[in-house]
Amino acid sequence: MLEARGLVKAFGRVVGLDGVDLQLYPGEVLGVIGDNGAGKSTLIKCLTGALIPDLGEILLDGRAVAFKRPQDAREVGIETVYQTLAVAPALDIATNLFLGREQRSPGLLGRLFRKLDKRAMRAAAAGSLADLGIGTIQDMNQAVETLSGGQRQAVAVARAAAFGSRVVVLDEPTAALGVKESNQVLAMVKRLRERGLGVILISHNMPHVFEVADRIHIQRLGRCAGVVTPASHSMSQTVAIMTGAAVLGGPA
Amino acid sequence: MMPPVHTAEELARRPLGPLERAQRALHASPAIAPAVVLLLAIAAFAMVHPRFASPTSLSLVLQQVAVIAALAAGQTLVVLTAGIDLSVGAITILSMMVMATLAAHHGVPASFAIAAGVLLGVVAGTLNGLLVAKAKLPPFIATLGMLGVFTALGLLYSEGQSIPESRLPALLNQMGATFPLGPFRITLGVLLVLVLYAVLSFALSQTAWGTHVYAVGDDAEAARLAGIRVNAVLVGVYALAGLIDGLAAWVLIGRAGAASPNAIAEANLESITAVVIGGVSLFGGRGSLVGALLGALTVGVLRSGLSFARVDDQYRVMAVGLLVILAVAIDQWIRKVRA
Repeated sequence: MLEARGLVKAFGRVVGLDGVDLQLYPGEVLGVIGDNGAGKSTLIKCLTGALIPDLGEILLDGRAVAFKRPQDAREVGIETVYQTLAVAPALDIATNLFLGREQRSPGLLGRLFRKLDKRAMRAAAAGSLADLGIGTIQDMNQAVETLSGGQRQAVAVARAAAFGSRVVVLDEPTAALGVKESNQVLAMVKRLRERGLGVILISHNMPHVFEVADRIHIQRLGRCAGVVTPASHSMSQTVAIMTGAAVLGGPA
Repeated sequence: MMPPVHTAEELARRPLGPLERAQRALHASPAIAPAVVLLLAIAAFAMVHPRFASPTSLSLVLQQVAVIAALAAGQTLVVLTAGIDLSVGAITILSMMVMATLAAHHGVPASFAIAAGVLLGVVAGTLNGLLVAKAKLPPFIATLGMLGVFTALGLLYSEGQSIPESRLPALLNQMGATFPLGPFRITLGVLLVLVLYAVLSFALSQTAWGTHVYAVGDDAEAARLAGIRVNAVLVGVYALAGLIDGLAAWVLIGRAGAASPNAIAEANLESITAVVIGGVSLFGGRGSLVGALLGALTVGVLRSGLSFARVDDQYRVMAVGLLVILAVAIDQWIRKVRA
């Protein structure tokens, strides 16, 4: 569904990506792992419009797309959950979910006075949180800053899930979370997959990646060092490829 | 046997104390604090001097605070984006002197002169906005610089001379005209400011633009990633503040009965005082226009109440100073609210 071919991105003389290919299929969780500086973030930013690759092409359903801004990617159904979450803490949950995509009231009030349909947005927000199996948040008028870390993550994932019609990219979604909250996020990832979305999960946490990923894309030194599956390779073999101690297909 | 007690769960489930409940209420609606202060002030002055609570003296308070309240509305928009506008008073005076000079000395029809003054306010505000959004100057510095520029321009253009009411066409003085509203006497200027508050309150609380103003002040990067054009919001907010300054200039001519380049020297700081007392956070993203209006009224009530009580004006200055400190302390406290 989403495919990248020969992506190259250089920052001055530093090469961030050196000809990377990536494939993502619908209803699949693709883990992306790699050491610091391996090009994970750069790869993801190119796929979501936050960076423009210098060379190479990105295909969506076989058609070439060129994202200049994150909105361009969003408009074709690719949503990103940033590591910083990118939520406005003082605003309430419903407002955050619809930030930048607010719904107007039907009729004259909405058209002439641009009045927002807050009730509909609250209802939709409650619906999308429920869809992800998050029952602990009840009040959509609650400011995001009054939520726990896991609940905030849930709001950010719910926003992506509500609008991401094809691909959801999650950047280190469990990095700041405890065990229980991490498990909730991983459960959410599985639900997104069940809905037929393609999910890209960037993480340092091998057990988390191995728990949910169908395939694992290994970045190393700006290149793709290989794609493995949790069935074909063990965690230690994968880490060996990631660090360069082993080569995919070589003796383990 | 008793079930085992988990201390952490007990703590999490314990009922909220009165202080915590107050913190939450203020977190949800920060305008509660200035409303309480305002009511207490009116009640206290009325006890000292029963005539203070009369419609006549309260009408006078409204007329006195109209200009500052208007400037505080523009200031609120700017402060909500985590900015500050130190030039609102200077823009008002420049607009006013241009309106009055065009009409009195250059024979420009009154309506065109007013339009020119308001337009100048918009241009000045847009300039502020561009310095903040495009040149990335800290708002404090950008508008401090423009405070100097606009103040000097106003004095140079008017040659430091006031223009008395007798030389101004009727339309320029129109905002001072009074009419009865129940037991109160309201000026057109007061009415204009109240309408301004109603329109802006709707825009801030009920439209996407208003949401974006809050979001930009709350977390500009999150707003950008959500697809909000942060720079457009910033320039728009400063331009709107400039527009309001232009309208306030018209109200000021009606209130003062003349156009004087030395009027409202303290307006810049007083508008910020009103906004802060009104519970609008200087860190951006929190507060409401209602709060700012209550803040402006509180300052007005203190001024006229203390003069009713024949107290030295320096006590008012001191009281306002203490209120500002109290308001910011409350803001710091309510921002710490947790789940």
